[in-house]
Amino acid sequence: MRAVDALMECLKAEGVDVVFGLPGGANLPTYDAFYDAGIRHILVRHEAGGGHAAEGYAKATGKVGVSLGTSGPGATNLVTPICDAMMDSVPLVFLTGQVQTHLLGTDGFQEADTIGITMPIVKHSFMIRHPLEIPRTLHEAFHIARSGRPGPVVVDIPSDLSRADIPYEPVSDVHLPGYQPTTDGNQKQIRLAAKALANARRPVIYAGGGVVDAASELRELATADRFPVTCTLMGLGSFPAPHEQWLGMLGMHGTRTANYAMDEADLIVAIGARFDDRITGKISEFAPRAKFIHIDIDPAEISKNVPAHIPIVGDARNILPRLTTEYRALSADRSRLEEWWSRIATWQERHPLRYEDTDDGEIKPQYMIQALYEATGGAAIVTSDVGQHQMWAAQFYDFPMPRRWINSGGLGTMGFGLPAAMGAQVGCPDQTVVCIAGDGSVQMNMQELATCAQEGIPIKVFIMNNGYLGMVRQWQELFWDRRYSHVDMGQWPDFVKVADAYGATGMRLRDKDTLVRDMRAALATPGPVLVDVRVTREENTYPMIPAGQAARDMVG
Amino acid sequence: MTPVGEPATQEVLSLDDLNAAVGLRTGRKHVLAILVENKPGVLTRITGLFARRGFNIDTLAVGPTDDETVSRITLTLDGAVAPIDQVTKQLHKLVNVLKIRDLDPGEMLARELAMFKVSADGAARAEVMQICEIFRAKVVDVTKRSLVLEVTGTCDKVDAFEALVRPFGLIEMARTGEIAISRGRAET
Repeated sequence: MRAVDALMECLKAEGVDVVFGLPGGANLPTYDAFYDAGIRHILVRHEAGGGHAAEGYAKATGKVGVSLGTSGPGATNLVTPICDAMMDSVPLVFLTGQVQTHLLGTDGFQEADTIGITMPIVKHSFMIRHPLEIPRTLHEAFHIARSGRPGPVVVDIPSDLSRADIPYEPVSDVHLPGYQPTTDGNQKQIRLAAKALANARRPVIYAGGGVVDAASELRELATADRFPVTCTLMGLGSFPAPHEQWLGMLGMHGTRTANYAMDEADLIVAIGARFDDRITGKISEFAPRAKFIHIDIDPAEISKNVPAHIPIVGDARNILPRLTTEYRALSADRSRLEEWWSRIATWQERHPLRYEDTDDGEIKPQYMIQALYEATGGAAIVTSDVGQHQMWAAQFYDFPMPRRWINSGGLGTMGFGLPAAMGAQVGCPDQTVVCIAGDGSVQMNMQELATCAQEGIPIKVFIMNNGYLGMVRQWQELFWDRRYSHVDMGQWPDFVKVADAYGATGMRLRDKDTLVRDMRAALATPGPVLVDVRVTREENTYPMIPAGQAARDMVG
Repeated sequence: MTPVGEPATQEVLSLDDLNAAVGLRTGRKHVLAILVENKPGVLTRITGLFARRGFNIDTLAVGPTDDETVSRITLTLDGAVAPIDQVTKQLHKLVNVLKIRDLDPGEMLARELAMFKVSADGAARAEVMQICEIFRAKVVDVTKRSLVLEVTGTCDKVDAFEALVRPFGLIEMARTGEIAISRGRAET
């Protein structure tokens, strides 16, 4: 059997039903195998689109996404999705072609040191050196990608090795002596955490992207008492919003309530979150009165940015139910949280998320999100690009369950949303998948509309069009004396024509009064739809913790 | 600094009793013995990790072990500059890293090999050789105007030796960086 045919068998054994890729010289053997392998292959228009699509697929389904590119530029085009997946802990396997082994190191045509280039941004990578290694390596790659703290794994395969004949035997187990993620969680530590919770008078649960598969466990813990819950951008949906214990998102553009609660908390339970600078602001003034319980599957995250008082290493799915049980056993006095809740209620009342609406029919960007929430009934999978629209979506679209909100948090990759929606739609064909895009971001991977049209992937892309690189403009307005340096995108291209050219449906919406109805019409239109929604040009995302400042210095 | 809740810690009575397990800077030299899979690129993964996380390597020595699939890296770094627990935890995340020991300074033997090329003619030569004798260094090459000296010992000993021979005219020197092993029967 050719090594590439064995590779197909491995993909099937791993449960792969779809891959996203683009062929080239060095992965021709792999593509020959795809010809009759019976695995769905989606031909993307740019490898970055394929990589982000695989991310969207993985984030929506929880399965490992697979993305392919050829050697050299194919692989370098994958660098952004690889890094993005690393930052957001997305389980992905990237299969890159490589020049033939006798050309390695000779600066051959389309040769790039893929392993070297991607080394700092992968969970792990493999260079195939012998065709016999291919099956085992593939399974190891999947195992590493999906277990522990998930992440991207690159497998680089020289084309001559992939055509070699090998005896193929299914691989039933992988053994990686240097890779043994801890998942259990130390019982003593869990007991200690329960006691700390029982002693806390101003507790806050701060949950991140690590709880997307432990949402019901999180709810059990939170409702074992009246623990206030906030989520990071990556964790949204892990706690059902709206909910009486929900404080909203925290961080730079989080709610004042969530940020003030962190600021005054005496105990913070961080679960699958990593104290990113967008959360902490000025770290020396972050949650100054709090002790920290830090639950994470990655020991290196614990005490990396903020010292943990009770570290618990393991999988939240294992730890949270035990923590809940231990906590219940203590029968803590529920009334001790009353004072805390009345403080929180004051903030909620005084500082709800708000914006000034207009009565001249102009569409405010915040209203656009609310309208979309209404039009979708809050039931869509929503992807986004990066910028103001992303923050407004996070603020104004309530996510009732995890894996409904798919965006690029850590790396902040513009151009993520459209291909991610494509991947999410492929993974969840029965769901409504909506991309909230910026007019700047969407142009970075718009070519995938062709893929959607060709494959009949019916994503609905709503461009929040203000003709600016809006977030950059906001920073220039607030911190750079309104010197708007190179942020005005004007009204190019004509998105309706673009949609038309790509074989998608284009629409332009300008009227606030009919917005919800028009959005419903867009959602009901078969096939991919690109909607150009014209919104207020200069609107700022508030509230905001200016970079490097503390939570209580929120503005707006 | 023991994290709270490890064996033998007290029960928490109030939150104030909790002490943070911090990535403290220890302020001393650390010698890490790292066992890694003997595969291409592993050293690059380690040095790359140090570079991008801003950890500084003082010395690095790599060699084979009794198991041909495993290499041993001895790496020294300054605990005043890098949070040592972050360093070891990040290293552990590398799939090819099998085992890491932060060797206890009181319970290890560390040695490095150094070679010094010193200009030494006439009367100076005798003096240099006298220093060599005190340090149990060896003369491994002699010309009319120079000596090559070989010395082994702890990093401090090599430093002291260097300080003494430098005034004679140090032409060049080469040091391996320390390798280390724990005392006693137990495996490092």
